[in-house]
Amino acid sequence: MTATIILLGLLICGSTGGEISIAHGMKTIGEPAALRPKALLRFLGRALRSGSLWIGIGLMAVSFYSLLVLLSWHPVSFVIPASALSSVVGTLGAKYILREQISRARWAGVLLVCGGVALVAGG
Amino acid sequence: MPSERKLRIKTLVMVFALVICANIGDLTLKRGMTEIGAVDLSAAGLAHSLWLSMTNAKIWIGIFFLVGFMASYMTVLSWADYSYVMPVGAFGYAMLTFFAVVVLHEHVSPRRWIGVLVVCFGVLLVGMTKPRTTETQTLDKAA
Repeated sequence: MTATIILLGLLICGSTGGEISIAHGMKTIGEPAALRPKALLRFLGRALRSGSLWIGIGLMAVSFYSLLVLLSWHPVSFVIPASALSSVVGTLGAKYILREQISRARWAGVLLVCGGVALVAGG
Repeated sequence: MPSERKLRIKTLVMVFALVICANIGDLTLKRGMTEIGAVDLSAAGLAHSLWLSMTNAKIWIGIFFLVGFMASYMTVLSWADYSYVMPVGAFGYAMLTFFAVVVLHEHVSPRRWIGVLVVCFGVLLVGMTKPRTTETQTLDKAA
């Protein structure tokens, strides 16, 4: 039970931490000047040199391996609904780390998505 | 405000693109791996599976779409809030269920349909909020 809780923690924190790190890196680089191939390639070239991107990918790899181990121990109907909590953790990370403003409507939407994903995966 | 409307449309189009790329990528990889068969976890078995996967067109098409997903995801996060993109991207669950019924003719339980409706309602709610609540810069100005 303790190992399952630790791995669930790694799964949730790894995926949200990774995505927040990537989001931070992309915000630091700045958005592409236009949605044209040349501007997008320039943007992606800079993104690949961002440390935050590679930290994010590393954290997401930790999360992925935790998911694989959890799936080998428990049914998917337990693992995926439990991992849906990452929406809530991710929103908290966006608020306190990325300093995004989370309105009540956005919180309500996140909680609905979280519950809906749990129902879809568990059904 | 026209600029906010433009930002919302640009963000939703990009999120739609990343959801489509992720779903097609996952489905194509799944079909490719089904063609290859169950992977034998011995050194020789892994080497054989690796060779088969490198010579399977569906695997490469799947990887192509997943690279497209990652590029779209990184691009949209450069201007939109993570707390906006992440829940709106969950629309992919609804789309996968739709594909499962229409393309694969799978049976979907009432509980899953309720889940899809709840996800869609949540996505709609988040989609109506401001896509960006922090300051961002364009690449030309940042460079």
